[in-house]
Amino acid sequence: MLSSKIHMRVYFDHNATTPVDPLVAEAVVRALSTEFGNASSVHHFGQQAKGVLDDARSSVARLIGGEPSEVVFTSGGTEADNFALRGVAEALESTGRRHLIASSIEHEAILTTLKALTRRGWRTTLLPVGASGVVSPDALRDGLSDQTALVSVMHANNEIGTIQPVFELARLAHERGALFHTDAVQSVGKIPVDVRALGADLLSLSAHKFYGPKGAGALWIKRGTRVSAILTGGKHERNRRAGTENVPAVAGFGVAARIAMSKLTADANRLSALRDRLEQTVLARVHGTAINGARDARVPNTTNISFEGIEAESLLIALDLEGIAVSTGSACSSGTLEPSHVLRAMGLPTHRTQNSIRISLGSGNTDAEVDYFLEQLPRVVEKLRMVTGVRR
Amino acid sequence: MSGGVDSSVAAALLAQQGHEVIGLSMQLYDQSGGGDGLRFGTCCTLDDLHDARRVAARIGFPHYIVNFEEKFAETVVSDFVREYASGRTPIPCVHCNGDLKFSMLVERAAGFDADFVATGHYARVERDDESGRYRLLRGADAAKDQSYFLFTLSQAQLAHAIFPIGAFDKSQVRDQARELGLDVAEKPDSHEICFVPDGDHAAFLADRGAAASEGAIVDSAGRQVGRHDGIHRFTVGQRKGLGLSTGIPLYVIGLNAEAGSVTVGTRGDLEKTAARASGVNWVAGVASAAGTRVTAQIRHRHPPAAAVIRHAGENEVSVEFVQPQVAIAPGQALVIYDGDEVLGGGWID
Repeated sequence: MLSSKIHMRVYFDHNATTPVDPLVAEAVVRALSTEFGNASSVHHFGQQAKGVLDDARSSVARLIGGEPSEVVFTSGGTEADNFALRGVAEALESTGRRHLIASSIEHEAILTTLKALTRRGWRTTLLPVGASGVVSPDALRDGLSDQTALVSVMHANNEIGTIQPVFELARLAHERGALFHTDAVQSVGKIPVDVRALGADLLSLSAHKFYGPKGAGALWIKRGTRVSAILTGGKHERNRRAGTENVPAVAGFGVAARIAMSKLTADANRLSALRDRLEQTVLARVHGTAINGARDARVPNTTNISFEGIEAESLLIALDLEGIAVSTGSACSSGTLEPSHVLRAMGLPTHRTQNSIRISLGSGNTDAEVDYFLEQLPRVVEKLRMVTGVRR
Repeated sequence: MSGGVDSSVAAALLAQQGHEVIGLSMQLYDQSGGGDGLRFGTCCTLDDLHDARRVAARIGFPHYIVNFEEKFAETVVSDFVREYASGRTPIPCVHCNGDLKFSMLVERAAGFDADFVATGHYARVERDDESGRYRLLRGADAAKDQSYFLFTLSQAQLAHAIFPIGAFDKSQVRDQARELGLDVAEKPDSHEICFVPDGDHAAFLADRGAAASEGAIVDSAGRQVGRHDGIHRFTVGQRKGLGLSTGIPLYVIGLNAEAGSVTVGTRGDLEKTAARASGVNWVAGVASAAGTRVTAQIRHRHPPAAAVIRHAGENEVSVEFVQPQVAIAPGQALVIYDGDEVLGGGWID
């Protein structure tokens, strides 16, 4: 039962997840039904499933400029991040390099994994960011030492969309003999990603962020990079990730990768124009608003806006009740909101870490949807400000 | 929506009646088990939130969790700790109703264009058409009545309050839940103070720095008869945990936070014929007149006792009971009724 007052449903939360492309859904269903074999089997059915994996591996490799043999399929971005950090930590444990570096605006998949490694005796350094939400190479230079095993800095931030200077950071890491990993979950499919041009050794990506299915992701591992498997068992994925492959999800991943390649540029241009119009109109029509983070180097679909005197939690609910889905970026176990660690790391005052929402556009969004949002937002904000009496 | 059967049925009934319902559950403390490591009880656990979400999905209305951690700690928990530390016996539910459900939630609701806040309380609100005033009444189920916990509500709050199950008794509410196919139909009732783990309020207070300083147990003449390890472990009327071996049963009859002493006496010493309360809210907005014959309750589940109002001011009230009442505990509420109607109430001095 849809609420009677909702005129339309608008989905502006594509950094959380995306709807699958119909071609993706077709591939998934095919792999669930006719191509149901176990890719490790020798017979026809196994070969059929193996073929699906091979196809997908080629497509994913091509999307990021790597080789098929360098792509290890995982259950998603979080597993890929865990694989990179824990796998490198285990592989390099004996070398005496016992130091890890990441930025303070990484996704929880990185930050929480680092904490776990800290408890096991690894030293970790989190790099600061300024109000721009961009890691400075100088900060990394200061943090690096001859003990550093791995540096992990995300390609694009999930909450504010800022693009990090990965090439420069990777070069600095390599100068000190450290490996470089980048979590590219929020950039792949949105902007061109080329592993060679980025200079990384490891790169995480996730299918459901670009119209693929949930439950599929990959860690790209540059040939020759020492990484231990963290899921051990059979000889799947060239001994790097045991467990029967999730062929249906990977099949969809491959199709999503092909589609992303074909329409990346056109989508990026259209979405950045749409995003910019949305942003400028909000700033003009709603007083007490500000954009969080640098506006130049950003993925084209994302904006993060602060609303003075508003609780993000209330704005989120009020917009949802008008049919508009946005988010803040981080949610805790029960689904309520907590102050954003990204905005906090950027040095924003507490009230701004709790009054900001993230809008992330996607392929399906139209001018009419943006118009609807721009029409509803000022009224909703005004109403909330009236009842809460600008307490903060 | 706590995830219990009462608020679930309350929400479902409103949706059935054609209201546009928005489900809200309050998150009152860190669910991750991390944070400051302080333990909380069984209220509003992740399982309860799961249950609330499933009810909303089944009936078909949106459901959100609102984070009131800060407010809950500032009001309900800190008052609870402070009251026990000062030798009183607090009722956190009253603060949770007044400071969270009927203030924070009402404010949020207004922001969402909602006209009313409904809860699963066993109580009723009626509008008196002549005066335009709202009357707060006991729930129809005398055994479940929760009007005692709602005495702080103002006219403005009552104007936006709905208690959809107030006209039913508990078994009818469970029947409704079964008819609606809600999984929570057989969920057990909650007991005790929901946020205190294992009903061990002394441990809860000790974790939160309540002074556990030991002191004397004295009789009504002031003679020391024993020692205790913190007055926050005691409440007026309590018999257990005194560690005294005497021929006659002894009860806590008073607590003195300044002296750190616990006074004990016989059951007869617990009987009082008068009670005084301050911080009074008169639900109708006007104080009852001295001499009015009323019934009064000195705790939840206390059978309403016949009384006469001796003095009633804007902020304080004193009553005289027709029969002596046992264990009138400072910090509890004195709630005054005319039949089923809550006239007002205050905190026992």
